[in-house]
Amino acid sequence: MADKDVKALSADIEIPSFSSTAFTTPPPLADATVAIVTTASLHHPDDDDFSPTDTGFRVLQADRRDYMMGHWSPNFDTTGFALDINTVFPIDRLDELAEQGVIGAVATEHLSYAGNQFDVSAIRMDSGPAGAQRLKDHGVDVVLLTPV
Amino acid sequence: MSTLAHVFEAAGIATVALGSQRRQIEETAPPRGMWVDFPLGRPLGKPADPEFQHRVLRAAFDMLDATEPVFETFGESIDDDGTEVVACSLPPRHDPDLHPAIDEARGLRPAYDRSLEQHGNRIGAGRVVDADHVTEAIESFIRVADGTPWKEAGVPGIPARVVQDIRGYYETAAVGLSDHVPGAWAGARWFYRETEAGKVILAARQAMADSGVKNPVWFYMAPGDM
Repeated sequence: MADKDVKALSADIEIPSFSSTAFTTPPPLADATVAIVTTASLHHPDDDDFSPTDTGFRVLQADRRDYMMGHWSPNFDTTGFALDINTVFPIDRLDELAEQGVIGAVATEHLSYAGNQFDVSAIRMDSGPAGAQRLKDHGVDVVLLTPV
Repeated sequence: MSTLAHVFEAAGIATVALGSQRRQIEETAPPRGMWVDFPLGRPLGKPADPEFQHRVLRAAFDMLDATEPVFETFGESIDDDGTEVVACSLPPRHDPDLHPAIDEARGLRPAYDRSLEQHGNRIGAGRVVDADHVTEAIESFIRVADGTPWKEAGVPGIPARVVQDIRGYYETAAVGLSDHVPGAWAGARWFYRETEAGKVILAARQAMADSGVKNPVWFYMAPGDM
């Protein structure tokens, strides 16, 4: 069992393509509200777990630290997250950057999706835009995307 | 993940995306993508190393200065040579009348509880099987390994998800027992190679494969390269 061998398993996986690349110019980082959006299937214990083909999202509150891993894949290391949530979801680092004035603010809500989906059309057409709207409603300017 | 980057940018939110698999992050071409050559499951690189994590974040946020789509490679790599296992001792045999895996799982409970107290339940049991019922779940896989069809063996859920709870129980205990930050995959290698429960899971997985159970049912009971 080695990381390179696990990565090789997905070498031939079909990758979604986009005919164009949208591009948004953010405000200066020192003025920006930053959220994390992860595809690690994190959720709070009192929220629903993810099903294998779950294309929805869960809201992760910035003032909590009880984030659980709900991903179905066995193909990634989990001890890093077990030891330090920031390995996947760097919420404490964002708090530090906000205190230093490097970023304007940390969003009060962050989002988690389930990665490793074979059909991303629902994310593209439904839960992705819904998540974006939710973050916009909370004043988010910049999103950091993290996988597992 | 890159799908979300495209969707969010179209909605007016700037994104920076980290990716541990070069081909995926490069070919899906998020507006601002950075390949981080780190093991899967550790996109910020190093647990309990805020300085390293801040270097990753600084490089990621620097991409916000770009005026057009950009792909970057983070300047530091973390390798996994496939050999490290968590350095922690397994409990000594306590009850010789029990299957070794059951005896072992019971013996790890204090370490699991200590780890939970220290870190919280981030990867541990509880999705399908809680910590009080891990031994019963292992018993069901012992029966599968011994030839009982999995649907008749009392496996308390989808096998892969039940295994995640068992593995999570063990790796949570290992985190509590280890006196250092283990490398990526060291916990998984420890579970599957060195623990009695891990050996039971692999034997059950093999028995299911050999008896013609559909691939998705047994394959995800362990990392795909096993």
